[in-house]
Amino acid sequence: MGNYFQPEIETASREEILAIQNEKIVRQIKHVYENVKYYRDLMDEKGVKPEDIKGVEDIHKLPFLSKADLREAYPYGLLGTDLKNCVRIQSTSGTTGKRVVAFYTQHDIDLWEECCARAIVAVGGTKEDVVQVCYGYGLFTGGAGLHGGSHKVGCLTLPMSSGNTDRQIQFMMDLQSTILCCTPSYAAYIGETLAEMGYKPGDNKLKAGIFGAEPWTEEMRQSIQKSLGIKAYDIYGLTEISGPGVAFECEAQNGMHINEDHFYVEVIDPETGEVLPEGSKGELVFTALDKEAFPMIRYRTRDICVLSREKCSCGRTHVKMTKPMGRSDDMLIIRGVNVFPSQIETVLLKEGYTPNYQIELDRINNSDTFEIKVEMAPEQFSDIVSINQAKEKKLEQAMRTMLGIGPKVRLVPPKTIARSEGKAVRVIDHRKLHD
Amino acid sequence: MAIQQISVFVENKQGKLVETVKALAENGINIRAMSIADTKDFGILRMITSDNAKTQEVLSEDTVVNTTDVIAVKMGDYPGALYKVIDILAKADINIEYMYAFTASEALGAYVVFRVDDVAHAQKLMDENGMESLDNKDLF
Repeated sequence: MGNYFQPEIETASREEILAIQNEKIVRQIKHVYENVKYYRDLMDEKGVKPEDIKGVEDIHKLPFLSKADLREAYPYGLLGTDLKNCVRIQSTSGTTGKRVVAFYTQHDIDLWEECCARAIVAVGGTKEDVVQVCYGYGLFTGGAGLHGGSHKVGCLTLPMSSGNTDRQIQFMMDLQSTILCCTPSYAAYIGETLAEMGYKPGDNKLKAGIFGAEPWTEEMRQSIQKSLGIKAYDIYGLTEISGPGVAFECEAQNGMHINEDHFYVEVIDPETGEVLPEGSKGELVFTALDKEAFPMIRYRTRDICVLSREKCSCGRTHVKMTKPMGRSDDMLIIRGVNVFPSQIETVLLKEGYTPNYQIELDRINNSDTFEIKVEMAPEQFSDIVSINQAKEKKLEQAMRTMLGIGPKVRLVPPKTIARSEGKAVRVIDHRKLHD
Repeated sequence: MAIQQISVFVENKQGKLVETVKALAENGINIRAMSIADTKDFGILRMITSDNAKTQEVLSEDTVVNTTDVIAVKMGDYPGALYKVIDILAKADINIEYMYAFTASEALGAYVVFRVDDVAHAQKLMDENGMESLDNKDLF
């Protein structure tokens, strides 16, 4: 059993959580229908009225929102309250087009920060701790979220923001930080730098790290834990829904508890939009149950996950999500199996290859062919044929284990995989020509 | 003294071999010996050239290249000449990964290149048994 920031809600029974969700969703849909014209129009188009939503079991009747809607409604179209009630905006990096600008009332900020506080307490944080936040501060939600969460717990907060690694390390050592919050790649970099400076993993006072905002693997967790001498925990969130802390990992380190009292989660088939039974792999869809300013209803995250209600050793009852296994935009269906390029990258990195690969799909005699070309480094090439073939076989085996279906792997020389505008073309799908 | 061999990965695609050989020709590199191992998907071109360092430099730009030590043993022109060499290797438990024959020049005569799992040991046995073998400088 662990420590909780809000024990009553974090360990509430399934029935209690459902009762909270049912009460909140009815109120929220009424609020959104009355205040957000954009969503009201979508509901009217679908012929759904607020009174049709009597509880979370009716959520499936509601229309989805997606990134396209956010673009369309930019900047104020999805605002759920008067601007004068808002106290803050946060924004995304805008890598996939127009930036998302999310609005917050003080109530929204408080609930977001409480979610982050739950995450900090879940990794062992108390008011005795020194929390070093080196997520970026500013528009990005990473810095603001963990900073606020750390305040709510009562930790001494070091608002470092990102970069300037020498200064990060100096503060870490001089002020004896105990919890590190940053992206996993930055944590790995800090670990490498510490080693270069001659520090051993035991020389720092860190005990835990909360790492998110980018995909990372179990191998990366192991290596960060080793280099920093800590336990490394994952955190999940998105600006559209609030920011980090939508879900967080506990001491069990095997999935992230979704804060279900604030965020209702569904898993859908990304192709059909149909809600899938719990335990199925599919796209995560969130509904913010009690946010005022930016109340997303059935927002499609594009993240592919599996949910689990298996009893957790930490005592929390909220549903757990796996790390996102990929983006639904990238998903390939090969011989009926869902395959994500990110899974292929994971295997390649684990087996010591660079993530330079290309997937080629075709349909021959009504059956999908699946080939992966992998660029090899000079030191991986042997003058002996059988050694090269054994390497291909080993990769094929590792891919089969990860994906559930076996591709044919072909090693190719470096730089042979076609690049367009500097970016490698990852998938060539000839099957579309036959449809 | 073992000899250096360059191995080149050649994709099984039209025009790939010609590209490789053309690059050598244009850079004035003489191929003294060669063999190709081929599979359905790729070939490995193994060569002993007049300038291995330059070969490596020229070909590394477009493909993967590696350098391996091999031994090149002179073959007498009589029955049993090859047997004599392989017998020595076999008795010493040295495995042959692959081999190929070439004529170094009219004056030097015929040689067989052996790629073995223990080059230093094989070379020592050749020397001890009075088997003549080539040095890189013999070919440059």
